Formats: sequence, structure tokens, C-alpha cells
Amino acid sequence: MSNIPEELKYTGTHEWLRQEEDGSVTVGVTDHGQCMLGDLVFVELPEEDIELDKNQECCVLESVKAAADIYSPIAGVVTEVNEALTGTPDIVNRSPYDEGWLYRMMPVDEKDVTNLLDAAAYRDCIKAEAH
Amino acid sequence: MNLIFDISREGRFAHAQAPDTTPATSDIPSHLLRQTKPRLPEVSELQVVRHFTRLSQKNFSIDTHFYPLGSCTMKYNPKGVHKLASLAGFAQRHPLAPEAASQGILQCLYDLQTMLAEITGMQAVSLAPMAGAQGEFAGVAMIRAYHEARGDFDRTEIIVPDAAHGTNPASAVMCNYQVKEIPTGADGDIDIEALKAALSEKTAGIMLTNPSTLGVFERRIAEVQKLVHDAGALLYYDGANFNAVLGKVRPGDMGFDVLHLNLHKTFATPHGGGGPGAGPVAVNDKLKAYLPLPLVEKTNTGYRWSTEKDLPESMGQLSAFAGNVGIHLRAYIYARMLGKQGMQRVSEMAVLNANYLQARLKDAGFVLAYPDRRATHEFIITVADQTKAHGVKAMDYAKRLLDYGMHAPTVYFPLLVPECLLIEPTETESKETLDAFVDAMIAIKQEVETDATLVKTAPHTMVVRRLDDVRAARLLDLVYVDASCQ
Amino acid sequence: MPFIPHTENDIQSMLEAMKLSSVDALFDEIPVSLMLKQALDVPNGMNEMSITRLMQERAKKDEGYACFIGAGAYDHHIPAAVWELASRGEFLTAYTPYQAEASQGGLQVLYEYQTMIASLTAMDVANASLYDGASALAESVLMAVRCNKKVKNNRVFFLGTLSPLYRKAVDTIIDPQGIELIEIPYSTTTGVVDVSVLAHLQEKDANALIIQQPNFFGCLEAVDELTDWAHHHNMLVVAAVNPTALALVTPPGEWGERGADIACGDGQPLGIPLASGGPSFGFLTCKMPLIRQMPGRVVGRTLDDEGKQGFTLTLQAREQHIRRAKAKSNICTNQGLLVVAAAIYMSLLGTEGLRRVALACHNNTRRLVEKLKTIGSVSLQFTSPFFHEFVLALPVPVKPLIDQAAESGLLIGYDLKPFIADDEHWLLVAVTETKTEEDLDRFVAFFKAHLQGSSASKEQQTSAEAAK
Repeated sequence: MSNIPEELKYTGTHEWLRQEEDGSVTVGVTDHGQCMLGDLVFVELPEEDIELDKNQECCVLESVKAAADIYSPIAGVVTEVNEALTGTPDIVNRSPYDEGWLYRMMPVDEKDVTNLLDAAAYRDCIKAEAH
Repeated sequence: MNLIFDISREGRFAHAQAPDTTPATSDIPSHLLRQTKPRLPEVSELQVVRHFTRLSQKNFSIDTHFYPLGSCTMKYNPKGVHKLASLAGFAQRHPLAPEAASQGILQCLYDLQTMLAEITGMQAVSLAPMAGAQGEFAGVAMIRAYHEARGDFDRTEIIVPDAAHGTNPASAVMCNYQVKEIPTGADGDIDIEALKAALSEKTAGIMLTNPSTLGVFERRIAEVQKLVHDAGALLYYDGANFNAVLGKVRPGDMGFDVLHLNLHKTFATPHGGGGPGAGPVAVNDKLKAYLPLPLVEKTNTGYRWSTEKDLPESMGQLSAFAGNVGIHLRAYIYARMLGKQGMQRVSEMAVLNANYLQARLKDAGFVLAYPDRRATHEFIITVADQTKAHGVKAMDYAKRLLDYGMHAPTVYFPLLVPECLLIEPTETESKETLDAFVDAMIAIKQEVETDATLVKTAPHTMVVRRLDDVRAARLLDLVYVDASCQ
Repeated sequence: MPFIPHTENDIQSMLEAMKLSSVDALFDEIPVSLMLKQALDVPNGMNEMSITRLMQERAKKDEGYACFIGAGAYDHHIPAAVWELASRGEFLTAYTPYQAEASQGGLQVLYEYQTMIASLTAMDVANASLYDGASALAESVLMAVRCNKKVKNNRVFFLGTLSPLYRKAVDTIIDPQGIELIEIPYSTTTGVVDVSVLAHLQEKDANALIIQQPNFFGCLEAVDELTDWAHHHNMLVVAAVNPTALALVTPPGEWGERGADIACGDGQPLGIPLASGGPSFGFLTCKMPLIRQMPGRVVGRTLDDEGKQGFTLTLQAREQHIRRAKAKSNICTNQGLLVVAAAIYMSLLGTEGLRRVALACHNNTRRLVEKLKTIGSVSLQFTSPFFHEFVLALPVPVKPLIDQAAESGLLIGYDLKPFIADDEHWLLVAVTETKTEEDLDRFVAFFKAHLQGSSASKEQQTSAEAAK
């Protein structure tokens, strides 16, 4: 059973989102998502200052057997990307919710976050996928 | 084993192969000249022969091993075919030699065009595409040309079954189409309701294989072609599985408008470790005008190349010359050897071999992906039940088969069936070889039950053990750099 | 039936094992209306003896010509060992090395080839082949457009001296992506692009610049200035190069200050027979940062779980079998066997041998040009330095001369009529290391004999009179 922290928000495509104190949000891939991909060999991150729409493809996580797109959970402007992943992509596998964060952005509209799944809903989502 | 760079010694080369006497320099101005030396091997001719001979001995190949790689049709590559294609008149001909000096090859190519049209039930053939994928690109490009010629620019989608080979959606995207995937039904046929829902005025075409990548015949093809044509779209046939129906069924008769054949599959041209192949396309009258150049035409006095004057609406050219002519020639020679009776026999024996293997493996307790369907020239088994019980995966079976002296079947394709092996014996294998394969599979199954680790850590008898893919992709050591270069 | 081992006994016992009575039953899922009712209308089958005679007859029709045609395919000596080794069943009849442990031989050859071609082009990495030089150039253009982060229009410059044969294939393959190729004109005097025209180009915004070296006419472009100009304007530089020439001339990785970004070309000169132009292979090399945008298979070196060195396909997530619609290219089957042959060729000749081949080609070409000077009515069209190929300007149409020469077993070159001004008659001639002094004299003698009708040299008229 994969790890699904209660305080985060989720999408049906296995992204998580955390609201920070300064109004920005941090985005990453869930434990379930990284497990499906296998050992990551490369992470392609967006450029800083770029504007993203909701569901826009913004990252690529590459393992030996797959290359998965990350879809931005909400619209916003990228403020920071996790440079550490360039040299050590497997941080995402080891610590998907902490050190393995992908990027940070300022949301266009804070309220968009409420439309995302909570931990329970995401748990159901994974269960449904298994059938 | 050493790399050829490890055994290189400065100043060594195959003297007998370099020109006799040459001035030491050229008159090319020095600013255009290379200042650094390229780092090529420096070895004697014997060292080259020994190095590459020994490397070859590490390979599995059709010549040495049973090679049931599903969807690749690893049948015997006849030696006589290779020898005849290498005759001086063919091997030494420059692609741009005048037509008067090219009647031999032109006649072979023209004859092949004619034969392939008959074999597929189509009106016209171009040999130009250099592989199946290029054939798909050409086919989809011709579909685009057809719609645009009729002023219809709204058709932006190509439908592809989820079980399709990856080249299908990739080729559609290279032609600037959006790909719409439709699911396959539990019985292995296309989900007709899903197809109906996916068809619209935006559909340019559908790409299908028949038999499908699941190894079963698309039984409702007549209904599928009617639905697609009624929607104003065209049907593309991926000929990868043609070995199952050669001489029995023709794509043209099934209602397809355009197709490619894989000469390196059905027509026994050698696979060469990854290529070359050839993917000629055949079309009906709707698309004749758009075929990729060049074609070969027959005249009163002989044969000639067609040009843009003959085919002003051609979709264009796919290579600098005429594509993989050496492969066309081999396919032609093979097709002439088979002849009308031989072609039919190919599919009959290919299908017999596959069904026999399917029946024996089922009896041995393996799970068939489509137990209620006839196999065509290939079929799928899944070991998902064994993954659940013992943690053993399809990949482990593949690796353990190597220890039994057989190349593995295709694994993990199609993506639809979990932990699958796609098995295609081909018609050139004897019953004893098939029985030996079943015996090996049974033995491995027993190992799974008694000593699963042995299977999970296979292969044990190859020159290397399981290789670290993750390390390869992370380190990206793609060219040799020795200490002296750093 | 050729190649089918089944005896009647085999078939019977197999059918019995399946409880079936006939082979026809195996096709019972196919709608009867689709099944062919009679055999295909193709000729009867032939055994090896008969097909051998037929093919020998046909091959004979095309053999015995001395070849001075180049235009992208070159008549080089191919050491016997190349095809003896490459035709070994273990190379010839293997397939894509998806099961790496059973393909270490083939994979190591590919790794060694990648190393050799990267070094020859002075680039960082190579793939394991594309179909041919022309389609490799098309893929390079698509790759350059994907890679260019600074320029996002759909324009790509090319020098007007790019092979028109390559141009056609590139047009076909990039057309669906809406990419526009824009020509930078060349000088009909020098045979290359004059760098001073660059300053006068209306719009300098483009993704990339394509430079062929040597160019289609055999002339050598000012690659350093062109590369620096392109980089200064945020373009990537795509080099289309001849591998034999690279033994002598500056390789793309060393062009200008930063080197070309992507290099490609046709590998036919490296031990591949002319064979009507195919199969050969396209090579593609690039700078390391661009590796993830490179199409085609790539082999990497790694370790097995006992720490032993091994080779495997890597970066497969770029390819169609994983990425499907989002793959860098649709390529699956490549030209693997030809790469094996090229690796063997490059190993036999090595650095020094390849240099000698290049020098011999160049010097034979120079000698022919010198000898042709004795014929007043023909002239070398261009003034630039050249490598193993040149354009001869003739006073009469080229095609009839080509046809006449062919009748006496001589292929004098390639007619450039479709690509040039109406009033010009240009013949593209290539001379490789295979040509002897006698071959060159035969070439010259043909022109002397056949250009009598026009303003011939005194020498020619005298010998013509003497022959009467």
C-alpha cells in the first residue's frame, strides 16, 4: 500500500500538491506514481518563469521502461525547480514527497486547489485503477 | 572481452586494403583541413578478423538458435538469396547509372512491384520506403494527400487500436495527425462500439493490423471497413503479420485502401541485427496518384524509372535514391522461389506451427491470453498467474530460455496483456524444434515451482548475466573514451 | 516447398495432437468470403538452380562498367574481409538486440561503431544508424527544431549547394510539420556560398543552418565562418558530411568556435557496395546535451550483476515502442547490418588507411582534372578547392554523351541538367582510389573522341584526321 500523506492534494494522474505559507504551491509525483515508473534515470523540468495551464504537460520522468508526463495540477507561474534532480533523479524514488519535489509555482487562482482530490479520494482512485 | 580500441597499437592497419602509393599531402588549403586525427582502430587484418569473428559467436541468430520473436517473423534467411543478390552486376551498380545499363535490376524491381500488387490485392506499389515505419509514414501521408485533394482539411485524427505497434501512433504524429486510441474487446477483436464512438468527420483514417498484434484474426473486418468508409475515412493495413495470411487472404479484398509490407519479415530478407528492412506500400486507385517515388515503369523497349512527370502529385521521396534495393532484390528472389504454391504453404505451415505450440503449451498448464481463439501465425501466453504465486515475470522466462539455448519470444508487447510472451515459430521450424521449445518451457515452469530464484536471476550461461539497465541510462557511456583522451 | 521442413507425417501428427482433421480448419475464423479461392497469379516456384540462372542473366545485363558517378554514392574498394565477416549468420540473421545477454557480440560492434563515427565527425555521441543520409538529414532537421530553445519559428536555412536528392527527401519528411526550408544562394563561379551574402539576407531568424561538406558539387564550403554566423544568430548547425572526406577535412565538431551541433551523412563509402543505392545507412552524431532529442537506437556500456562489462540498448524511452505517439521518431528497424560492415571497414583501414584512401581519391581527381585541360572545349566549372568530385562544363547537352559512353562501358558522371540554368551543360564527375591511370586516360579519350563536332582542341582534330 503506497504512502499517501493526508495533508496534501492529489490528481488522478498521480501528481501531489502542497500549499506553502507564502501562497506558492509545490508539485511532485506520488509514491504510487514513482513506483509504477521504476528507477528514474532522468527528469526533465520546466523552465523558471514559464506560465503553465491546468493539465499542461510540464515535466517528463524517464525510467528505463517508460517516460511519463507530469501534468500541472493547477495553472500558475513556475518560480523554482528542483535542480538536485538533474544529477540524481532517483531522489524522486526515495523521497517523492520531500526531497523529490519537482517544481514550485505561484497559482493564478488559489481557489483552484480546492478542486483537487484529497488523500481519501486519491486512495479510491488508486483502488479503482487496480481493477 | 576487449574492445577493438584496447587491442589497437599505433601505426598498425591492414596495409593490403589501403591504396598503393599516394602523395603525402593534398593541395587542399590548410584552413579546410582536419587538425586532429580521428580515433579509429589501429590493428592488423588478422586482428580484425579474429575480433569480429569472436564477437559474432556471442550472438543468438536464426542460423544458430530457435528464435520465436513474435511479430518479427524470424524465418530462415536463404543463403542462395543472399548470394544471388550479391552478384557483381547487382552489387556494383551505381544508383544513378543510366537506364540502358540497368535493365537487369529494373526488370526485377518491376516484377516485384507486380507480384506484390497481386499478393495484396491492390492496384499499385511503390518499393521506396526503407522500413515498415517509413511505409506507415508514406501511407498516412498519402491519406492526407487524398483528403486535401478533395478540399477536406478538417480531418485531423487517425484512429489506432490500443494494441497497435508503437510505430503506428508515432508515424501518425510525424504526419501531424492526432492519435485517437480505441480499446480492444475481451475476445481480441476491436471494440466496435468504441470504434463507432471514435469515428467522426475529423477522422482521416484508421491503422489496423490483421491478424492483430494479439495474434488473432480481426473477424469483424468487413463491418469495420464499412463503418470507416461510411465516415469518409480510409483504412491503412500494417503488414507486420502478413505471414499468417500470405496466399490465403488479401488486404485489398478486406477493404484496405493502403498498406505496407515488411519484406524483412514475410519475405525472409536477413534481419541483420536490427536492419536493414524494407516497407513497400501498395494502394488502390484512390491513392495511386500519391505514391512515393520512384516507381519502375515498363515501356515498349524495356524498363525505366518513373519521375515527377509521371506522378506529379506524388507525396515525394523518402531517400536519396530508390530505397533499399538490395532488400527488394532479395525479396524478389525469395518470392520467385516460393511461387504460387509456395506462398500458400508458408501461411499454412506458419499457422499450423503456431497452433500446435499453443495447444501443447495449454496442455502443459500455461495460460493463453485468448484461449477461445485460433492462433494465427503467433499467439500470446501470460505468466501473470505465476507472477502472483511466485513473483516470476515474463522477463524471467525470457532470460531463462536463453540458458535452454533458445531466443526468447517477444515480451511485454502488446502492452494490453500483462506479463505476456508473444510467440511466433514461423513455418521454417520443424516439429522437433517446437517440441523442444515446449519441453524447455515445461522445465522452466517446474523450476519456477521448486527454485524460483534460479529463474529470477537467469540467464546463467550467457557471456554476461542480467545487465544493469538503470546504470546504463544514468551513466550514458555511449562512446569509448580511454585515459589518453581525457 | 522451399525451406519448409514438414513431411506429411509431421503434419498428420501435429493435427492429431490438436484433434483437427485438416490444416484448413486452422483458418476457420476467417470469413469464407475473404479466403482466396484460387492460388495467387504469380509465376510457379523455382528451385535454387533455376533461380540462379535467371538472376545471373539479369545481373549480367548491368555489369562491367567503369564508374565515375558520385552524387552521394561512391565506388570504393571494399576489403573482402568486410562482407565475409558481416555475412556470418550470427550477424546476418540476428535481430534487434532486445535480449542483451544473447546479443553481446552485435551490441559491442554497435558501441565500437558509435565510438568510431563520433570520433570521425569529432562529435560527442552517435546513434546506431538511421536509414540513409537523406532521411538522416531530415531527422536532423526535426531534431534541431526540437532542440532550439531560443528560436521558435519554423524556418531552416540551407546552402544552395546541398544535394537536391537529399533536399527532396528532407522536404517530404518535414513537410507535415510545416517546416520551411530557405535557400541561401551559391556562386556559380566558385561553387560555394560566398559568406558575404549572409549579411544581405532579409530575415536571419531560423532554427538551423544545413551545411553539406563537401557540397553536392564536391566543393569545400567555408564551414568555420558559416558555423560562427549561424551560432551568432541563435541557429543550430546541422552538418551533412562524407565520411571518407573526414579523414582529410575539418570534421563538423571542429567547425567554427563551437562546432556543429548535429552531424549526419550516408555511410555507404565505408565498405558498403553501391548496390543501386541501398541498403546503406545514415549516421547521426551530436553534442552531448542534445542526446535526449536524438532519434534511433543507442547502445550503452554497463555492468552485469556480477560486475562484468556488458552492452545494452539504452535511452529507449525516446523510442516508439515505449513513447508511442510522443516518440522522437517513428523509426524501429534501422540499418544494423550495414553498420557492422562499416565498423569492420573502419577497423581494417584505421586512421592511416582511411587517410590514404582519401588522399588517393583526391589525387586521382586532380590528375583527371589536369588531363581534361588538354581538351579545350570542356572546363572545370568552379574555382573552389574540391574533394573527389568536380563539375565539368560541357559545350553540348550531357545526356547523349552519358548514353554514348555507357555503350562502351563507361559511366562518365551525373547530368546536373534538372538543377541548373537551361543554357548550361554540367556533368558531375567523381574519381575514387579505384581508378588507375588507364581508367583516367580512357575517360579523357572518350571526351576527345566525342566532342569533335564542337570547338575541339587542335590535338583532337589532328587525331580525328589521322584516324580516318
